Amino acid sequence: MRTLKQKILIYGISIAIIIGCVFPFYWAFVSSIKTGSDLFKVEFFPANPAWSNYLEIFKEQPFGRNIVNSVIVAVGTVSLALFLAVTASYALGRVNFRGRTTLLITILSVSMFPQVAVLSGMFELIRTLGLYNNLLGLILSYMIITLPFTVWIMTTFMKQLPKEIEEAAIIDGANTWQICTKIFLPLLWPALVTTGLLAFIAAWNEFLFALTFTIEEKARTVPVAIALMTGASEYELPWGKIMAASVVVTLPLIMLVLVFQRRIVSGLTAGAVKG
Amino acid sequence: MAPTLVVIAFVAGWPLVRTIWFSFTDASLSNMSAAQYTGFENFFFLFKDNTWVNSIKNTLYFASVSVVLETILGLVIALVLNTHIKGRGLLRTAVLIPWAIPTIVSAKMWGWMLHDVYGVINDIFLWVGFIKQPIAWAADPKLAMISVIMVDVWKTTPFMALLLLAGLQLLPQECFEAARVDGIHPIRVFWRVTLPLLKPAIIVAVIFRSLDALRVFDLIYVLTGGSSETMSMSVYARQQLFDFQNVGLGSAASTVLFFMIGLITIIFLFFGGIKGDKIK
Repeated sequence: MRTLKQKILIYGISIAIIIGCVFPFYWAFVSSIKTGSDLFKVEFFPANPAWSNYLEIFKEQPFGRNIVNSVIVAVGTVSLALFLAVTASYALGRVNFRGRTTLLITILSVSMFPQVAVLSGMFELIRTLGLYNNLLGLILSYMIITLPFTVWIMTTFMKQLPKEIEEAAIIDGANTWQICTKIFLPLLWPALVTTGLLAFIAAWNEFLFALTFTIEEKARTVPVAIALMTGASEYELPWGKIMAASVVVTLPLIMLVLVFQRRIVSGLTAGAVKG
Repeated sequence: MAPTLVVIAFVAGWPLVRTIWFSFTDASLSNMSAAQYTGFENFFFLFKDNTWVNSIKNTLYFASVSVVLETILGLVIALVLNTHIKGRGLLRTAVLIPWAIPTIVSAKMWGWMLHDVYGVINDIFLWVGFIKQPIAWAADPKLAMISVIMVDVWKTTPFMALLLLAGLQLLPQECFEAARVDGIHPIRVFWRVTLPLLKPAIIVAVIFRSLDALRVFDLIYVLTGGSSETMSMSVYARQQLFDFQNVGLGSAASTVLFFMIGLITIIFLFFGGIKGDKIK
């Protein structure tokens, strides 16, 4: 049994951690429902809550459009990355061939690339393909961020599936495509959800490529829109509106975390601990 | 598998090769195809540029200080999460929030909290008595880097904690039971049993975080902009590439960063004692 002193210590630390993690988000929310001069008063419970900041970000600038862009890019990235990862992981996790480990390590090492190291080459590529200022260009460039870890995690899961299932299917006369779609896909659902979530969050939060490969306000994703939000003058940032936009962007992520936290944690650690 | 490899070669391999090629040319943004080979000129220029040399120092300083702090704090959080207390689920959910928030948003949120006139941090610190007068956290050249590190620690310690927690949960329970039966003090158990057993997990987590910290861009770009006191190598490279349209020089900076990270990875793998077969 733990002594009382130890218990107090552990609970004290836990409470400090929770406050430390949650307070900045709470403060952003509180600031977002303050308007006018209220914003500049330090109040932990606003006396006159108002939602006008939320209305203004959708009326005065294409923030709704930015959200739609982010959703399109994130969903597109997840779909493409999962499709490619499943086909690759079948070969990498199931078929024995020479240089398999080398290939896996090469793919994983891509995730260590500093994004800026491919920036000028990627810019040239995207312009050549005519995808500059286009959401497709972002989806394509996000493959460099998402493919390494989706392939890695899917391969790990694929290896864990018992070989007997596959052998039984072969004996029953199923071909490779059927084995993939009829046998593995249903078994891989949990892994697909986990990697899909991680890829979604990665694409939703990405900034450098989104900033560099778009030019118009209408083509921006939300992180870029928030980072470049300006007020009436250059020196006066519209903090209330920035906080409102921040809350809007973060809420869906917090929902995902609340619902899927076990899956997210297992996905995050699968990459590192097993790797 | 073939399509995946083609895509990776297309979006990672080819752009990397092009970037390295551009770093040996005088390419400009308006006319990238007219680039002329100029040898190592860009690299010579880089290392005569004080801003660049400073950005290397900033990057290394940022990465080392923040990773050390994140490891220590992450270990504390992981140990707490590993105890069987009530409300552990709540704690884990809370810890995931900073991780899930986009870096841009966390930079903005903290930028507002650290505001010199209206920031809540100054208010709390004044009230507690840590400081005597309001501080311009992100704007003061001496404090700007500390602010950046603070926000990074807030944002990424949870990731570190989860990795270390996963490591903790894999440790053989017999060792801890034996220690408990022998009546060994928990602090001694931590230093003599937990820490040595956890070392491989700590090394992996430190490698992951360091490589990530070395390419820092979003946080610094949003929190302190292009100020030279906090400029990282990635921020410098992007500024040359797109603000100054000097693709040759910017690519050279990117190339140096790429090889620096590559070198550091090799050093880590070599000294961390992690062999190739572990990566399987």
